[in-house]
Amino acid sequence: MAHRILVLGGGTGGTLVANRLQRLYGDAASITVVDRDDAHVYQPGLLFVPFGLAEPGEIVRPRHAQFRDGIDFRVAEVESVDIAENTVHLMDGSDVHYDVLVIATGASLQPGETEGLSGPEWGRSIHTFYSLEGASALRRSLDGFEGGRLVVNVIDMPIKCPVAPLEFCFLADWQLRLRGLRDQVELTFVTPLDGAFTKPVASARLGALLGEKGIRVEAEFATGRVDAAAGTLHSWDEREISYDLLVTIPVHGGPEYIGRSTGLGDGLGFVATDRHTLQSKAAANIFVIGDAADVPTSKAGSVTHFEGETVVENIQRFLEGDELTGCYDGHANCFIETGFHKALLIDFDYEAEPLPGRFPESHLGPLALLAESRLNHMAKLAFQPLYWHVLLPGHNIPGVSSEFHPVAAPPTEERSGALR
Amino acid sequence: MNTVTLAGATVEVDAEGFLVQPEQWNERMAEEIARANGIEALTDRHWQVISFMRNTYLQTGSAPSVRSLGKTSGVPIKELYELFPKGPSKLAAKIGGIPKPRGCI
Repeated sequence: MAHRILVLGGGTGGTLVANRLQRLYGDAASITVVDRDDAHVYQPGLLFVPFGLAEPGEIVRPRHAQFRDGIDFRVAEVESVDIAENTVHLMDGSDVHYDVLVIATGASLQPGETEGLSGPEWGRSIHTFYSLEGASALRRSLDGFEGGRLVVNVIDMPIKCPVAPLEFCFLADWQLRLRGLRDQVELTFVTPLDGAFTKPVASARLGALLGEKGIRVEAEFATGRVDAAAGTLHSWDEREISYDLLVTIPVHGGPEYIGRSTGLGDGLGFVATDRHTLQSKAAANIFVIGDAADVPTSKAGSVTHFEGETVVENIQRFLEGDELTGCYDGHANCFIETGFHKALLIDFDYEAEPLPGRFPESHLGPLALLAESRLNHMAKLAFQPLYWHVLLPGHNIPGVSSEFHPVAAPPTEERSGALR
Repeated sequence: MNTVTLAGATVEVDAEGFLVQPEQWNERMAEEIARANGIEALTDRHWQVISFMRNTYLQTGSAPSVRSLGKTSGVPIKELYELFPKGPSKLAAKIGGIPKPRGCI
């Protein structure tokens, strides 16, 4: 009998795993993907929407069109997972049984978790660009913004793409300069972290860039509540920051069905997952890919992409009764838009922090790590077609390995002048 | 790797003063670390959080974030900041003798 493989979530991880498994098994597996809607958003594009640098229509495609023939795609909400019965209950009352379950439902935005955030000012003076509606509403507000205090605020970690709030600051600085408004705007980045980023060398480099651009950083600010009527953010330790326009990244958690599925998730709704095999800790036949997992690396598309190989390999091993391979190493890489048609690139894993160097070949590049360049910006723009046509179908990107390769430090003079 | 003397014993710590080997820790050390970080006396409420952090770390290999502590430790976030000013998760981990929480990636 064909293996019954059920994939929850038709985003980056669910799509690429389903396509890889279909190519591997053909008719020997019956693969079903369930998602609550049929709109696949290219999430890295959300950053550009508020500035009119991308149109919402350019970054959304139907989910069903991204799957290989032979994959069954269903639109439905998940009610819960019954681990003991190998069954997923759907909101429409039907049940789906599985031999292997892949959880790829990502992280959800939870503005309601923060007092005062999601009231009548939501979409007016309080915005987020982490959803398509949010990014579009923010564009309207930014268009009408003539000056004042613009505050970009991360409420709490973990969040998707931890560099995106910084990129938003860099792009806002650039776009406000183009409009001749930069002098009238006080731009502040408010973060619960003790610096610009989580890893020390990159944090120092990004912190310096913020300083050069006149962006103030308020660090170690754990947002407790928002007074939307007064336009103030309040930290748990009773500091206060005033804003005219707030761009917030709400707290993230797992989707609600995780909480309704006994034994599956942690307190925040992320799925307890082995960081190397990507098997869930709740059951041997449940695997987790992408933002849904509680593994200690960034919640980012690159992570999901690199995890894909391990998840597919281990599903195959599990079905054949073989021992799993523990090969996922936490590899992540991110382009960081810095404005003025430039970007920075960082590359790291569970253990190694992002360092200066070259990527993907350690001496040749052609891309510069942890240094601004136009080529990095071009590579970021060139990535969208690769996403739809190479990554989602489940192919490897030529020259880019799922495994992290530490940088071999180039001579120092080369480092400072890299590809400017 | 640095070593420091706590409660009469020599222990390994990282650059920020977090114990590297949780098994080297004891409750007298906790009192000393707390005092060095501005907490004069550890109350039962402090201990509730410290024990929860330590047990979670020893069972799962990672320490909870503040938000997670607020949901699961039985102590609300507001009070966590009163007990452990500035960074409840970091400070409770340091006092509880476990490595710095890696929750924020």
